[in-house]
Amino acid sequence: MTLWQLIILASIACFALKFVGYLIPPALFARPRPARVANLLTIALLAALIAVQTFGQGEKLVLDARVPAVLAAAGLYALKVPFIVVVIVAAGVAAGIRALT
Amino acid sequence: MSETPPTRAAARAAVAVGVATAAYGISFGALAVAAGLDVWQTCFLSLVMFTGGSQFALVGVLAAGGLAAGPSAVASAALLGSRNVFYALRMSPVIGSGWFTRVAAAHLTIDESVAVSTAQSAPRPQRVGFWVTGLVVFVGWNITTLIGALIGNLIGDVSAYGLDAGAAAAFLGLLWPRLKQLQAQAVAVAAGVVAALLTPVLAPGLPVIVAAGVAVVVGLTNWLGPHGGPAGSETAEITPIEGMPS
Repeated sequence: MTLWQLIILASIACFALKFVGYLIPPALFARPRPARVANLLTIALLAALIAVQTFGQGEKLVLDARVPAVLAAAGLYALKVPFIVVVIVAAGVAAGIRALT
Repeated sequence: MSETPPTRAAARAAVAVGVATAAYGISFGALAVAAGLDVWQTCFLSLVMFTGGSQFALVGVLAAGGLAAGPSAVASAALLGSRNVFYALRMSPVIGSGWFTRVAAAHLTIDESVAVSTAQSAPRPQRVGFWVTGLVVFVGWNITTLIGALIGNLIGDVSAYGLDAGAAAAFLGLLWPRLKQLQAQAVAVAAGVVAALLTPVLAPGLPVIVAAGVAVVVGLTNWLGPHGGPAGSETAEITPIEGMPS
């Protein structure tokens, strides 16, 4: 598949999911279990993406400048620093370490 | 016709949330270009997919695994978009009927528009909160995505600038406000460990999909979850957002 095909396919899937919610009668799905799974799915996927983005390099696990950068980001989020600032600082920490080593 | 104070308050909240969120399209634009998308493809995602978590997921998996990880990238984006089904269910009575209205509402159904809407107590402010937030985020997110993509094109090499670490930090920012409960924290840690451990074993992209199974198991059994409470109280929990992208 080409990159364009992937992008279009994923976009259609995401719109369809949004639209499905307006087609089905709310009573049909307003039960706690599916809602809970969807909610936790978001959390699991984001956490998995963070792990892969922080430690993964192709099919290897490595410890490099990304680890302190992500730790710094976690500390800043705990201090309620705005998103955009945290992303820039994290990128800066990783870039700084790479420049020095 | 002059609006009632609750409706004006909803509109004000909507604009504030919308503007704050839209600014973060810059990081998406820059990261998407760094992942190998061109400026058109990046802008297409913000225009047509328009759900930030899924957009970040798609480019994140493509950045790690390239085109070979395409199916996993699409699956990650769709799985992350599944919560929008439940947002739409909740917005359905607020939005009302009419095909055009519902298609437009579906497109604007994201964390922010639903969060602002559900924070209002009367039907009209709920409706105004939804539409104003959705439209402000849509316009702003697309403009800032373009700016971010152009900046990303200018600065070039990713790792030298630490943009890969920036991507991880962006995902962390999406995750952070959702970690208030023990069940959520446990799922996050377990999914992260599963994905990391499977990285040397599976093809790029697949560890993320397999780690999503943690959510299915914990969600179905409600392990570590809250028990009791009024029926329906835990349907589609919506995270209040303070300037986080969708």
